[in-house]
Amino acid sequence: MTELVIRFLVGGALVSAFAAVGTILKPKSFAGLFGASPAIALATLILTARRDGPVYASMEARSGIVGAFAFCAYAYSVMKFVARRKSDAKIPTYAFLLVWFLVAFGLWWVLGLGRIS
Amino acid sequence: MIVKFSLGALKETSAKDYAIRFILGGLVTVVTGLIAKKFGPTVGGLFLAFPAIFPATATLIATQQKEKKERLSLNGVMRGRLAVAVEAKGTTLGCMGLAAFLLTVFLLIKNQPLAVVLGAAIAAWTTVSGLLWLLVKRGR
Repeated sequence: MTELVIRFLVGGALVSAFAAVGTILKPKSFAGLFGASPAIALATLILTARRDGPVYASMEARSGIVGAFAFCAYAYSVMKFVARRKSDAKIPTYAFLLVWFLVAFGLWWVLGLGRIS
Repeated sequence: MIVKFSLGALKETSAKDYAIRFILGGLVTVVTGLIAKKFGPTVGGLFLAFPAIFPATATLIATQQKEKKERLSLNGVMRGRLAVAVEAKGTTLGCMGLAAFLLTVFLLIKNQPLAVVLGAAIAAWTTVSGLLWLLVKRGR
């Protein structure tokens, strides 16, 4: 339980810190870089490397690279969709999370990340 | 100067929005850890780059822009959409920086102290994201 609380606090603090930096930066396209900040990766890897060791953390990081490409596909899809449609931007930003799941798990399966260690 | 700071922008974000970011960030970090525990690090690792905060941030930006325009009795939906599109464009580039961050961790973590690895990874994220942003800006 203590570990979960520490994870929650470290993750929340790092995400808030990166988001705050993104908020004060202009232009908005530059601030957008912080939408893909490594806050969650940083929080997770700090705790994982100490608890489970560097080999475990390196396996997480390798899968994370695949997740980052899926994030790229998600953000690109959102950008193209909201720029062309006349509807509100809120729903697409949530609905397109499906793109992340499809690309992330698709690449994970194609690259056989579950089989190699 | 190409990039500017505006501390006043912090006041435009409400306490509720700061709380949402904190809670979302904390929850995703907890869930990532639980997924790794249940399904192993190769599945859990995918969620190191899950776009957890982006939808909340994009919604906030769209709402702020919409409200600004509506105060002037204008339709702010289009302004909100365009602001989200600009944010998403930056995020698309930032993802390459995130990939560089994780690649650096993957390559170094077995042989170097954690502090060195994370320092190098942050440097990789900053350099790749910043350079890509400059390239795209100058290429327009």
